Amino acid sequence: MNYTKTAKILHWLMAILLFGLLALGFYMQDLPLSPDKLKLYSWHKWAGVTAFLLVAFRLSWRIAHRPPALPDSMPKLMQVAAHAGHLLLYALMIAIPLSGWLMSSAKGFQTVYFGVLPIPDLLDKNKEVGDLLALVHKSLNLLFIAVLAGHIGAALKHHFIDKDDILTRMLPRH
Amino acid sequence: MKKIILALALAGAFSAQAAEFTQVQPDKSAINFTYKQMGVAVDGKFKKFASQLNFDPAKPAAAKATFDVELASVDTGAPEGDQEVAGKPWFNTKAFPTARFVSGTVKPLGGNKYEVAGQLSIKGKTQDVIVPATFTTQGNTGVFDGSFTIRRADFSIGEGTWAKFDIVANDVVIKFRITATSK
Repeated sequence: MNYTKTAKILHWLMAILLFGLLALGFYMQDLPLSPDKLKLYSWHKWAGVTAFLLVAFRLSWRIAHRPPALPDSMPKLMQVAAHAGHLLLYALMIAIPLSGWLMSSAKGFQTVYFGVLPIPDLLDKNKEVGDLLALVHKSLNLLFIAVLAGHIGAALKHHFIDKDDILTRMLPRH
Repeated sequence: MKKIILALALAGAFSAQAAEFTQVQPDKSAINFTYKQMGVAVDGKFKKFASQLNFDPAKPAAAKATFDVELASVDTGAPEGDQEVAGKPWFNTKAFPTARFVSGTVKPLGGNKYEVAGQLSIKGKTQDVIVPATFTTQGNTGVFDGSFTIRRADFSIGEGTWAKFDIVANDVVIKFRITATSK
């Protein structure tokens, strides 16, 4: 059993995009204020909206196309852990862009997709709420990094220790 | 008797018309601004300003207004932004602490609309500006509302790396509400 081509493309496209978003997010926040910093913030927001759209499409694709089952060789507990891990990854991929969007609204800097399409502000400008959401956005991302490390570690364990096809079935042209 | 009542009524009407609004209420007044940052409208405000006002709706030609805005009281919405715009490339508040608006002719446009010509000085540069405003009264309180657009480059606001308009647009809309009472 294999993943669909669409599922693979979405997986790897989002992998590249999310690593870029994470790196950019942690890099840009400590920069001194400059035109470049403002540019990077805008790019980060646009990429975040893109990631949100992609994950929405990916989720609907996944619901319509059942992913291949986990191998029987996997203990039941490990299977539950794998499903829980994937559920958490999806939850974070939705919650993180939402928290970023809400944070932008609360901080008074609306998100305007590619500088032309304004995303409505759900929250009014409020410093305390903005600071709180910044903490939420950062904490969710730290959690995301931890779950990602587990995700990558598990995939490598499956490939090199369990020697099953869990990793290779997500690779292109398998 | 009738004549006396008429005289009193006229006097009353006259004194109401002659009300001169001079006492600006800072807590009910605001000077805000909006600019575009990579297509995103961002709001800010100035928290402190001093003013002198003489405005009698019956005698707009004699109206006079001076506003001195404390530029260091800027609120851009982010602390690092406040610090940045106080610096040399932007307002350079150490050398130029205030922005000053001095009114010239006040033209009534009918109804409660006015057009105030004036001079705006920021960062050592003075420009003529036309400020449209409405004036509404309630009892002895009058409120000016209006907005006008300036170009930051005309005042060298945002120099060096900020001089291009691709990140921070040239146009800045100044929006104000000035509440004043008559004595």
